[in-house]
Amino acid sequence: MNTEYLKELGIIKGDEMILNMGPQHPSTHGVLRLKIHTDGEIISFIEPHLGYLHRCFEKHCENLSYEQCIPYTDRCDYLAAMHMNHGFVMGVEKLMGIELPERVEYIRIIIAELQRIASHLMAVGTFGLDVGGITPFTWCFRDRERVLDLFEYLCGARLLYNYMWVGGVSHDLPKDFIKRTTEFLDYFETQIPEYNQILTGNKIFIERTADVGVIPADVALNYGLTGPNLRASGHSYDLRKEEPYSIYDRFDFDVVVGEGTHGTLGDCWDRYYVRILEMYESIKIIRQAMADIPNGDVHEAIPKKVKPPKGDIYTRYESARGELGFYIKSNGKNIPSRVKMRSPAFASLSALNEMAEGWMMSDVITILGSLDIVLGEIDR
Amino acid sequence: MDLSVIEKFNKDNVVVEKLENLVNWARSGSPWFFQFGLACCAIEMMAAAAPRHDLERFGAMPRASPRQSDVMIVAGTVTLKMASRVKRLYEQMTDPKYVISMGSCANSGGPYWQHGYHVLKGVDLIVPVDVYVPGCPPRPEALIYGIMELQRKIRNEKPYTKSA
Amino acid sequence: MDFNNIKKLLSTNHGEAISVLEDTEIILVPAEKWSEVAKDLKENKDLTFDYLSCITGYDNGAGKSIGVAYNFYSMAKKHSLEIRIEVDRENPEVPSVEKIWRTADWMEREVYDLYGVSFKDHWDLRRILLPSDWDGFPLRKDYKEPDYYNGMPVPKDKSYWE
Repeated sequence: MNTEYLKELGIIKGDEMILNMGPQHPSTHGVLRLKIHTDGEIISFIEPHLGYLHRCFEKHCENLSYEQCIPYTDRCDYLAAMHMNHGFVMGVEKLMGIELPERVEYIRIIIAELQRIASHLMAVGTFGLDVGGITPFTWCFRDRERVLDLFEYLCGARLLYNYMWVGGVSHDLPKDFIKRTTEFLDYFETQIPEYNQILTGNKIFIERTADVGVIPADVALNYGLTGPNLRASGHSYDLRKEEPYSIYDRFDFDVVVGEGTHGTLGDCWDRYYVRILEMYESIKIIRQAMADIPNGDVHEAIPKKVKPPKGDIYTRYESARGELGFYIKSNGKNIPSRVKMRSPAFASLSALNEMAEGWMMSDVITILGSLDIVLGEIDR
Repeated sequence: MDLSVIEKFNKDNVVVEKLENLVNWARSGSPWFFQFGLACCAIEMMAAAAPRHDLERFGAMPRASPRQSDVMIVAGTVTLKMASRVKRLYEQMTDPKYVISMGSCANSGGPYWQHGYHVLKGVDLIVPVDVYVPGCPPRPEALIYGIMELQRKIRNEKPYTKSA
Repeated sequence: MDFNNIKKLLSTNHGEAISVLEDTEIILVPAEKWSEVAKDLKENKDLTFDYLSCITGYDNGAGKSIGVAYNFYSMAKKHSLEIRIEVDRENPEVPSVEKIWRTADWMEREVYDLYGVSFKDHWDLRRILLPSDWDGFPLRKDYKEPDYYNGMPVPKDKSYWE
């Protein structure tokens, strides 16, 4: 990159060096390149370079039918694949005006909340790994494998499911699923205090994450941050409560907001702790849904041909990382004319410069880990 | 080669064995892999290294630097922007080096073969591959089987025999 | 506020720059008037659209216009709005709003990268997803993928099965 151009813009000053944290690095977030302008320790500017995983998702959607697009949405955010499916399918169903059977709605909510638990476990585990400890990583993966076992029992796949279809789901719940999920939830509720013991109250962890990477709520909103990142800064905004889609208005759960317990409001510790508490809320929702689930046929509303009428729609969905948006334009055929995915991690990464300015090199890893980004979703 | 080398060490104090067998046994017993996780297959590679399907019992430790590793597991889609970096990292690895191509994106472009203008259709267009592990994503057990196949391949090598 | 009141308020402030796409609740704004309308959307006490959700570029077909769609939401007043700007294909140019909503920075770079729409007064308009020496704008409907990029073949070699 030509540094003369940056000197003209006034970004690089004098004696600085540009350090490259290349596309391949041992941190687990994927192929991201960071160009860090630093004087050796303190950072003055960070420039993320993306596009190393640009897989032309939107071009594929313009050439394949709606049902064929669903596996491609899985692969965008591979850690919360059910949320991607759900968001896309909700958009198409609203365009077509399909009325879903009750059982399908309940199943979708149970699966979406289980996926939220799995995604947050991964976020917490890899955040612990980035900050320096291997044990939280192994514990979180051990529990995440149990959730993946449940998904495998349900639909056969561990990571990328193609489960939510337009008008229904692909497989009904097998006969033991509710019993196994209840056993898992009972076991898992005893495990979360273990995570609190090892990370949350850990003095070294607090020293590394409290007060680091603070972003106030109005700046965060201006940058487009949503989801746990925004709620950790004190702004209570959860799409499941504000504009309830599906049947979320029937369940009773709280919106977790950061409180600045250790250090300033909106730091890395708050972002981490919001995720831990959200797992408790997801457990609550799953228990309520499993208690009330009705019987029925999950395949009865699936249309023979998915051909939405001419029109456009923008659906918003609360995924594990924030607000996921799908902008779908249809011109009456069975192939969409345009599908755009608004990814929450894209906005989170654009705020990295704001959060990391003035901190030291090792804090960059902490801040990046607390944002919980997935490169597949950013680059699409 | 079979495990008779180990049994010889159990019984006698002095063992006579071909140098090739010893070297191959040592190399196949500790394939330190270069964690080159790009996309979804990286998560299954991490799950293979996680407590349930433990990869360390095969001697395979994840290393972050190419200079310290023997095997490069290309896990995930290689895009055209990333391809030059893959090639450079492969060249930075020290001999003897092997490549495992994990997942259908790295094997041949995967689900993005038809309209992907920015996807490299198979990592074997830029680096020589030894083992292909199919799947989208392959299960951790499939990756373990791929590593075992690589171990079998290493044991059958003849590094010190003069080829004709 | 519901859509009709929002439209009435914007029309009184900006006159004929505001028009509605027929049978929908989408407002069309011409590209020259966009900066003033955008400022008004953020700063007007009754509108306060403080959250820009998504900027989408779309192509209406080969030979037709290219459009940019903006989706807004207001946290304080809890209403949402969609605005579209249509520009022509040869020289698409739209004023940038990245100083008003910081999230527009990268989203506009992405629309530039994939459609070629240039945003005036953007501080750093470069390609973000594709490599910087790529030519063409891939998501346009009349795009042909190149045969080679830096020595690597781009289309899949179909001689295996054809």
